[in-house]
Amino acid sequence: MSIGKTIAFTTLLLCAVLIFISVVAISAGSSGIHFWEIMKTLTGKSVTDSATATIIWQIRIPRVILAASVGGTLALGGLVFQALLRNPLAEPYILGISGGSAIGAILAMLIGLSFFPGVALFSFGGSLLVLAFVTTLAGTALGNTMLSRDSLLLGGVMMNAFCAAVIMFLISMTRSFQVQHILYWLMGDLSSLQGGQLAILILVIPCFAVIFIMARPMNLLLLGRETAAAMGINVKNTILLLLIITSLMVSIIVSLSGLVGFVGLVIPHIFRSIFGPDHRVLVPACILGGASYLIVCDLLARILPSSGEMPVGIITALIGAPLFIILLLRGRS
Amino acid sequence: MQILDTENISLIFRDKLVLENISFSVTAGEFFVIIGPNGAGKTSLLKVLAGLQKTQHGSVTIKNRNITKYRRRNLSQIMAIVPQHIEVGFPFTVADTVIMGRTPHLGILGMEGKEDYLRAREAMEFTEVAHLAERKLYQLSGGELQRVIIARAICQQPEIILLDEPTTALDPAHQLKIMDLMEKFRREKGTTIIMVSHDLNLASMYGDRLLLLKEGRVVETGAPKSVLNKELLEESYGCRMMVDESPLGQAARVTPIPDKYLQNYE
Repeated sequence: MSIGKTIAFTTLLLCAVLIFISVVAISAGSSGIHFWEIMKTLTGKSVTDSATATIIWQIRIPRVILAASVGGTLALGGLVFQALLRNPLAEPYILGISGGSAIGAILAMLIGLSFFPGVALFSFGGSLLVLAFVTTLAGTALGNTMLSRDSLLLGGVMMNAFCAAVIMFLISMTRSFQVQHILYWLMGDLSSLQGGQLAILILVIPCFAVIFIMARPMNLLLLGRETAAAMGINVKNTILLLLIITSLMVSIIVSLSGLVGFVGLVIPHIFRSIFGPDHRVLVPACILGGASYLIVCDLLARILPSSGEMPVGIITALIGAPLFIILLLRGRS
Repeated sequence: MQILDTENISLIFRDKLVLENISFSVTAGEFFVIIGPNGAGKTSLLKVLAGLQKTQHGSVTIKNRNITKYRRRNLSQIMAIVPQHIEVGFPFTVADTVIMGRTPHLGILGMEGKEDYLRAREAMEFTEVAHLAERKLYQLSGGELQRVIIARAICQQPEIILLDEPTTALDPAHQLKIMDLMEKFRREKGTTIIMVSHDLNLASMYGDRLLLLKEGRVVETGAPKSVLNKELLEESYGCRMMVDESPLGQAARVTPIPDKYLQNYE
């Protein structure tokens, strides 16, 4: 099968999965609306009562779109960083994005800003500051062969550790009623979504496109920087562009959802073990697969607790960690 | 016609003078072998020629154009590299790997067309790895892997191929196989071969011209018989050498002499 056909086949297959899961997620929920009523509303065939339409159009569909965007972006982010750093443990928060945006978000909550736009803007700003710092470091590092990919990895880990200390400090200074809010955000939470935020998500789509175009250069980067350069890749520009684009889209997502963990680690691994190492297949697969995975996790986070919801980050980790271990065991045998 | 020309190259790396005032040129279609002891700067020189390492002084000219004036993509259309270290950690197949050589010829989306698959096929057949097309790289033997990487370089359709010690880890039969492949490719396509080698006898039998490097400086350039000179080699490598005419004819034969045989020699 030629590469074009393989891409088309996997993409269509995963699209079908995503659509199926989305419909299930839209129809399931605590308000007990009948499935067929929902289908009729979705297809515009019936004029059901306005409450049902509101729940579907104003609450559930935006929620599913948010979950899909967050999942797709995080999975893709993990894939890109694993390729760039040639390290299977790299994840989308590796360059300190999580730390930076968490500090921003907590500061905003402490000042008493509303979730949107206040907290989101602060967390986006925080991650951009860290990103600017780390990529400047990487930019100088890439020009200088002394510093390898390991230094970039270490720089990110150190940045995250430093931010974690600042976060702990801020929490220790916080009055009790704000702590739960902050903890929810740190665990990754899709429930604070408000209308109007979804428009921001459109920004991640051009990022997806750019990364897809860079998929083949990413394959070559796996073979090492010099080998990639020898085959005509402008290595420095490619790495910097990928770092910046990926960090940007992850920052956008984090500012809306908080820190949802494990998606960026587990999804790329699953698809790499199924489809092999070619990023031209893996990029669309991770976007669609990550989206499906987070919709399912978010659905569980909504329906499992008898009252209220739990942060989706708990579910992604509860499913993700055992899944990851199973994959490791299978890979070894 | 000169296809590659270097003028007064000096390279300082980590505060150490790695290459000093190197000037030489390579003729189109030539089999050019760079020899010299460990740490002489052979691999560094090869990286400079490939444009992977910038120098502080001097210039490299490829097809009458300064190497710094090329975009990476255009340079890769002219020149392919067979590196010393090959990454096999990712489960790419042989066919995947070989067709990666088409990179500098592809459009922006990087999708291969019919011609690209054809070139990859031809390259694999040329280096006799076509039957391994669906194998993963980590399943191959050293000789097979080296032929796959050479197929990738061939698939790139270069005018110059740079090889960094391609025979070092191989047994004699596979060494000859690799050298014969390069020789045959050069004969058929007129491709220029520039090779770094530790094997003085292979260099002697296959090279049109040799360059002997020591501590970053050129000791001698020229035909194998003039470079493979007993005094020059002993001085450069720091051990006793015996150089005589190979019984096969037409080539110098170099034998390093272990201490315990020294009496017999003298």
